[in-house]
Amino acid sequence: MYSEAARPILSCAAMTCEMDSVSGPLQILQDINFTLAPRRALGIVGESGAGKSMLVKAIMGIAPKGLKTKGRIELDGQDLLALKPKQRAWLIGRKVGIVFQNPMTSLNPFVQIGRQIEEAGCIHMGLSKADARSRAIELLSFVGIPDPEDCYDYYPHQFSGGMKQRIMIAAALICQPDLLIADEATTALDVTVQKEVLDLLQTIQAERQMSMILVSHNLGVVAGRTDEILVLYGGNVVEYGPTAEVFRNPRHRYTEALLSAMPAMDQPAHTRLRTIPGQPPNLANRPAGCPFAPRCPSAQAVCHEIMPPMSAGIHPDHRFACHFPLAELPRPAPQEVAHVQ
Amino acid sequence: MSSDAILEVQNLSVSFTRAGKEMKAVDDVSFTVGAGETLGLVGESGSGKTTIGRALLRLLPNANTTAKGSVRYKGQDLITLPSEDMRRMRDRLQMIFQDPLSSFNPRRNVEDIVAEGLVIQGKPAGERKARVQSALADVGFDIDLVAGRKPHQFSGGQCQRIAIARSLAVEPELIVCDEPVASLDVSVQAQVINLLQDIRENRNLALIFISHDLAVVKNVSDRVAVLYMGRIVEIGTGPQIYTRPAHPYTRTLLEAVPVVDATRKIEPDGKRTVMPSRNRPQGGCAFRSRCPRATEICAEVVPTLRTAPGGQMVACHHPHDEPASGMAA
Ligand SMILES: Nc1ncnc2c1ncn2[C@@H]1O[C@H](COP(=O)(O)OP(=O)(O)OP(=O)(O)O)[C@@H](O)[C@H]1O
Ligand SMILES: Nc1ncnc2c1ncn2[C@@H]1O[C@H](COP(=O)(O)OP(=O)(O)O)[C@@H](O)[C@H]1O
Ligand code: SF4
Ligand code: SF4
Ligand SMILES: [Mg+2]
Ligand SMILES: [Mg+2]
Repeated sequence: MYSEAARPILSCAAMTCEMDSVSGPLQILQDINFTLAPRRALGIVGESGAGKSMLVKAIMGIAPKGLKTKGRIELDGQDLLALKPKQRAWLIGRKVGIVFQNPMTSLNPFVQIGRQIEEAGCIHMGLSKADARSRAIELLSFVGIPDPEDCYDYYPHQFSGGMKQRIMIAAALICQPDLLIADEATTALDVTVQKEVLDLLQTIQAERQMSMILVSHNLGVVAGRTDEILVLYGGNVVEYGPTAEVFRNPRHRYTEALLSAMPAMDQPAHTRLRTIPGQPPNLANRPAGCPFAPRCPSAQAVCHEIMPPMSAGIHPDHRFACHFPLAELPRPAPQEVAHVQ
Repeated sequence: MSSDAILEVQNLSVSFTRAGKEMKAVDDVSFTVGAGETLGLVGESGSGKTTIGRALLRLLPNANTTAKGSVRYKGQDLITLPSEDMRRMRDRLQMIFQDPLSSFNPRRNVEDIVAEGLVIQGKPAGERKARVQSALADVGFDIDLVAGRKPHQFSGGQCQRIAIARSLAVEPELIVCDEPVASLDVSVQAQVINLLQDIRENRNLALIFISHDLAVVKNVSDRVAVLYMGRIVEIGTGPQIYTRPAHPYTRTLLEAVPVVDATRKIEPDGKRTVMPSRNRPQGGCAFRSRCPRATEICAEVVPTLRTAPGGQMVACHHPHDEPASGMAA
């Protein structure tokens, strides 16, 4: 890497999010640390309730009322938490595009999609109506919507789920963001459409030289499409490293358990799947030590008492928080990595 | 296979009439299911999977719907069965749905939900209690710990297990499972899949397992049918379909499965696919606008099912013969 990559587009340091509830304060995210370099893609994975969306929302400043965010979040060198809300919203609107899981809640059913795409462009880029319109049409065609001039005047219900996600992607691109975030953007789609939308995101990211964050509960979605991966469990980062490395040689027991719970295409029929008994932690009453300890088959006494710190093996870029990590495997020669369509 | 088939579906077609237009959701579908066998039904959203499941159990809406063909369960034709007899048939045939919570009455206790089928059957209270207890135990719940709780007090995976218990309580011989794990996290998905497999073995239960996740279907199924726009385009044993998929659509589906493979770096495919209209049926093969192998004949002649080199049945003029890469039986 050249020193050009030195300034990350996004970084979080010691970021913590807390929220009051009837059963006491909820520790929704604890001590989150990561950096995302320009033109890189980060995957964020974890089960339902792990804190993926809260992390995204806290960064974007769109978290529900009452969420207290501490630590440091830097967007392109600016400390977001030190900015006034208005300045912060402006900066984010200018630099970050986001696509959510459910296009129906993000698209207004009563407004033509072309106008919805333009809106942010007029506000943040100061585009004229005519410029915004031609850029919206260009983007619709860019995301693969046929007859974009006609579609400009259509309403959301006139499109299928996959098409609506494409329109959301077009809307996220209008301000030419440096960072595109997709939170479960393909979860509601079926496999063939999911693949198309993921391919589209990846193509756009490369063409526009953006950074990207792909959030998913499906490990298969981020595999092969991201450079780094962050595994969240109960609001903690349990593993963070190069995607291919984490999948090849998971070190944290939770990551490994998640991977082996997935049915694999190379297993014969009726292979028994490994399960993870128990429940994710109660955020109002977290266990003292490792959050995974109550469900971990390798837990020892120390796991229940002391929170394992993030540490690394020989490779400093692959980090994990486990007292008894899985063994480190030797790395293969780089040419063994195959490129497939 | 057909000699010990308990369910025989022949030339099943279902059409819906919307705004004066007729739409064929299921088009001339035939298959069988043997006792204790699992048939996987795959295809993209809208391909007719749920409609087939509902047609088998006569759970389709009455208005604007026409179902034709024959569905024989142990020799009896379900399509023409009087409703009174069909009600009794539901002791043997059950269906569980993708979103279990919406099929529960939110004010009922778990034990009453699980007993619903037994009440319809008119089983006495004593027997109901014993059956509910054993069905709950089969899905991993202790009745004393869950009794009195309402559906909203359970997680998604737990609700799916309750739905399975409700089906099991009537001791069915066949269950149609419509996307039972689609909304679940992988760890919970693994629990529910293992559970269905245990029950299948212990009770010699037949399953029709509907899903668009081909990795899940591979795990649970003995045989697999691939649907495209209401028609079966390929049907065969799991190993046939997964190691030597003959239909180009089956291959498209398999290539789209997001697999966790550390050795792969995915190169995005820039091609756009255009979905053909369902209201204006075109001649020839319905898949041809998306098919890389299409030729002239594909635009003219509708391909019908015939035996592929691998032994499965395929409806394609130019079926694949070579093995799929990276698949194991
Ligand atoms: N408005 C809210 N008030 C209180 N707690 C909340 C709120 N929104 C989310 N939480 C809690 O914060 C935690 C993290 O939620 P989050 O939505 O980030 O999960 P997630 O990882 O995105 O899950 P999913 O895969 O289901 O989208 C959960 O325990 C959730 O219950
Ligand atoms: N009650 C109904 N009225 C009209 N159209 C319907 C009805 N139910 C399903 N369809 C249509 O039939 C087709 C097949 O639907 P479905 O069986 O639900 O597909 P799948 O389960 O494979 O996603 C779809 O085009 C759907 O819109
Ligand atoms: S720290 Fe202990 S409990 Fe936590 S994952 Fe590692 S071995 Fe398991
Ligand atoms: S019949 Fe022709 S168009 Fe249809 S799947 Fe086969 S090759 Fe493709
Ligand atoms: Mg979320
Ligand atoms: Mg369906």
